[in-house]
Formats: sequence, structure tokens, C-alpha cells
Amino acid sequence: MSKRIEVNDLNVFYSKFKAVEGISLTIEPRTVTAFIGPSGCGKSTFLRTLNRMHEVIPGAYVEGEVLIDGNNLYGAGVDPVLVRRQVGMVFQRPNPFPTMSIRENVLAGVKLNNRRMSKSDGDDLVEKSLMGANLWKEVKDRLGLPGSGLSGGQQQRLCIARAIAVSPEVILMDEPCSALDPISTLAIEDLIEELKQQYTIVIVTHNMQQASRVSDRTAFFNIAGTGKPGKLIEYDDTTTIFSKPSVQATEDYVSGKFG
Amino acid sequence: MTTTATPPLRAKVRRADRVFSTSTVVAGILILVALAAVAVFLIAQSIPALLADPSELKGSPSSFWAYVGPLAFGTVWAAFLALLIAFPISIGIALFISHYAPRRVAQGLGYVIDLLAAVPSVVFGLWGIKVLAPMVTPFYGWLVDNFGWFPLFAGSVSGTGKTILTVAIVLAVMIIPIITALSREIFLQTPVLHEEAALALGATRLEMIQMAVLPFGRAGIVSAAMLGLGRALGETMVVAMVLSPAPVISFVLTGSANPSTIAGNIALNFPEAHGIEINALIATGLILFAITLVINSVARVIVNRRKAFSGAN
Repeated sequence: MSKRIEVNDLNVFYSKFKAVEGISLTIEPRTVTAFIGPSGCGKSTFLRTLNRMHEVIPGAYVEGEVLIDGNNLYGAGVDPVLVRRQVGMVFQRPNPFPTMSIRENVLAGVKLNNRRMSKSDGDDLVEKSLMGANLWKEVKDRLGLPGSGLSGGQQQRLCIARAIAVSPEVILMDEPCSALDPISTLAIEDLIEELKQQYTIVIVTHNMQQASRVSDRTAFFNIAGTGKPGKLIEYDDTTTIFSKPSVQATEDYVSGKFG
Repeated sequence: MTTTATPPLRAKVRRADRVFSTSTVVAGILILVALAAVAVFLIAQSIPALLADPSELKGSPSSFWAYVGPLAFGTVWAAFLALLIAFPISIGIALFISHYAPRRVAQGLGYVIDLLAAVPSVVFGLWGIKVLAPMVTPFYGWLVDNFGWFPLFAGSVSGTGKTILTVAIVLAVMIIPIITALSREIFLQTPVLHEEAALALGATRLEMIQMAVLPFGRAGIVSAAMLGLGRALGETMVVAMVLSPAPVISFVLTGSANPSTIAGNIALNFPEAHGIEINALIATGLILFAITLVINSVARVIVNRRKAFSGAN
């Protein structure tokens, strides 16, 4: 269920503005990769190209290719809808559907793929996904209540449960803890550690401690100035990035000199 | 310069706050007073008609209720038909504007819709008589010939096209702008976060609308439909101009005997009414008031039933 991601010479544009330039990297299966860098350097934009979510913004397009196990996501005739069913995503702010119960939220993605599902299959999947997201114990007695009644951290884990319920190959996380308190953050970080056994995870974070705690590999992005495209500066094992990076800018950033 | 007097921690009365809060309270009370005044007027003026000998009423019905029955039925039936036609079209237009149309087209279309809402109803009435009624007459004939077995098209066809269906179509055209404009605003307010959640799960545009946009806007859509229905229930001019009325209760859409509506009936008969007939017309107004109240309350109940899931929390 986990796949290798290969990005070759990727440029991302919003209409005429080039937001990200010349990115090439390889993400191994069953690893956690963190994207770090100052605000506006294109981390989130790049992350969203990995499941074609950036196309939601009118005028956005890419050049180059993104291969997941050798299949180009941007090949001719590839349906972005199908791409997103394989590459799940968790957002910065928890976004369970407010009009659905906890149970319906977990099954939301599955219902898109497979509309007919027996109640017992549904129950099993809800339990499995919520267990996988470390939320089952807290919500098992109130699956019928609205998801928006949970705390922020619980909502975010509900979103993770919703993402893993469709058995994606990759899970993208766009600053998943930035709206959460430290305890909830810890719960999510523990969860990422467990999810790594099964999924390839890519996480954007502003928190360098978080990157060093959860990730195996770290990519540092930077921009030369406002209006310039973001670039991948350095990509290496997390321990290397945080102890002896090869580029001066990386060292300045991880040691807190800017950003 | 270092010694400043400690200000007392008492709440200070701010004049602007006071004035503002008082004026909102006054505004709130004013609407209740207006409503109460209308209700009192209607009830007071209705009582003579309710107590009078029914033979004094127009058409000599067996009782006041026999007089108002067909009108109340016609009102609800015409408004219901209009809503049935207008609702799906309005939701379609609103979704097209909010989620499908390119920005330029959406803006232009929005203006046109708002413009349509500003057309006076007498103009719609003229259009109904002069354009729509003659246009649909052959179509009604065809319907009756081929689907006469269906109760809604039973009996003989109206020769003028001035039937309740024609009225309902004109009413639908009138309430489409209202429902569209409101639903469009509601759809545009769907949080991007929820739309992206649906898309990221692999939803198509249609599925995203089903998962995020429509459920989120549910309460607003019901309110929009109710406002439209309210206008259709109370619409006077179009009914008075287009319909050829008869004191019957009939579901037939294409016949020549059509029930009139309360508002249309008042407009047609008020100029010649005198004495107890005026009270009878006002009493029908009271019934319309009650119908509107009941329909709005039902809508409120529908909206509130799933309040926890509305997304408002």
C-alpha cells in the first residue's frame, strides 16, 4: 500500500507566476519525509502537486513529471479524481464535514468509490480506520454525533481516519498540527510514527522540532526573494540536515538565524 | 509624569453603545408591533363576515368556509406548482453561477437575475396574458388529447390558456430570481476547507457539491425556497390578470374551471365590494395570513431538526 514517489524537474505556475522551480527528488516507500522552509517558499504548493490538488486554484498548472511507482500523475488522460483517491491528504485546519456524523465522515471517501457497502462492512471499516487514527476509544460510543463536536485534535485525527479509510498509497499532510495544542500535536506525531509502517507520508511543517522528531528525510525549501520562485535547496536524511547540512542557508535556517 | 491616577474599575456608560442598543431594541419591537397591528386588524374586520348569514356573501355559498375553501386551495396549489417548477431551476442556476461558470459569465448572469427580481409583477402579468397564455394553449390541447387519462389533465381543455398552470409558470418565473440570488450567496459561502476535503478524497465536482456544498447550504436553501413560496402565495397582480377563476376545488391544470387564489380574489372583487363582502374579503386575508404562518413554521421545524449537523457550531 505504499509507493515510491519520484519527482523530475517540476515547475509549478499560478497563471504566469512561477511559484516553484526545478524540483527533483525521490521519496522512498514507508518513510516520513518533512518539507521545511520559510513561509511562501512553495512547500505547500509543491505538496499539493503530489495529488493534483493545486489544480483547484484557477490558472494553476505544472511542467515536469511526478511518478508514483513509475506512473506519471501528469500523463495524458490521467484523471485527477483517481489520483486523489490514491494520494490522501490532511489539511492545516481540521476539516471534518460538519453536516455528517463521525461515522459518515470516516466513510465519506469510501462511499465515493463503492456506493454499496453492507452495514457490517461499514462498521468494520469505521472501527479499523478510527483505531488506525488512535481515535476509536474516544468516539466509539458517539459515532452518530456530528464530527464538528470533537476537539481540534480529535477532529484532525478524524480527518486522518477519513484519509486512511480509502487505503491510499501516500498520505500528504499540510502542517497538520499548526492549529493544535501540544498534547494533540503529540498524539498526531505518535500516529504518524505508526502510520509509517503502512504508508508513505509527506508532511509540511513550520516546526523544526517536529520535522526532526517525526521524519526520516527532510527537504529544505527557500526563496531568493518575494516574487521569485521557491526552490529545493537541500534534501537529505533528517539527522544530516539538522546536524551537518551541506548548504549554508540550510544551516542558518535550522539553527534559527532566519525564517 | 510617573504618577497617574488609578482609574476606577466601574463599567463606564458609553453613550454610543447605549444609543445603538436602544435603537436595535426599538427596531425589534417595531416589527412585532407591525405584525400585531396587522393581525388585530384582520381579526377584528373578519369577525362580522364569520358571523354573517352566508347567503349575503358573493355567490351565496353555504357557509364562509365554503367560500374561502376553493380560494385557499387555489392559493396553496398555485404556489406549490410554482415552487415545484422554480426550485430545481433556481438551484441549478445558483450552482452554475457559484461553481461552474467562468467568473465573467457568472457575474453577468448574477446581474441579469437581480434585474429580473426588480421587474414589477404587473409586467409579468401582461407577459402572462399576451405571450405565455396564447403560446401554451396548443401545448395544453396536445397534453389533454394524449394524457387526458392522467387526472391532472382530465376534462376539456381551456381555450384561452388562462389556467392555473399558466399562472404557476408566471409565478415560477417571478420567484426564480429570489431563490437563485439567495442560494447563490449561500453556495458561495461554502468553506473552501470543506470543498477541498471532498476533492482530496477523490470526489468529482458533482460529488463535491453533494458532499460539501448542498449539505452546508441546506438551511439556507430551505429559507430561500420559503421566501419564494411566500411571494408566490401572496402574489396578486399576476393571478388577477391571467387566471379565469371559478369557485371550484380542482387539481386539473389545463381546464377552464380554475380555483382562484386569495390575493387574486381580493384584488378582483374589492373595488365592487360593499358592506359584509368587504369583511368577507378581509377574512380571506386572515386565512392567507394563517396559511403563511403555518408554512413558515413547518420550514423552521425542518431546518431545526438537524441543527447539530448544520455546521454552525
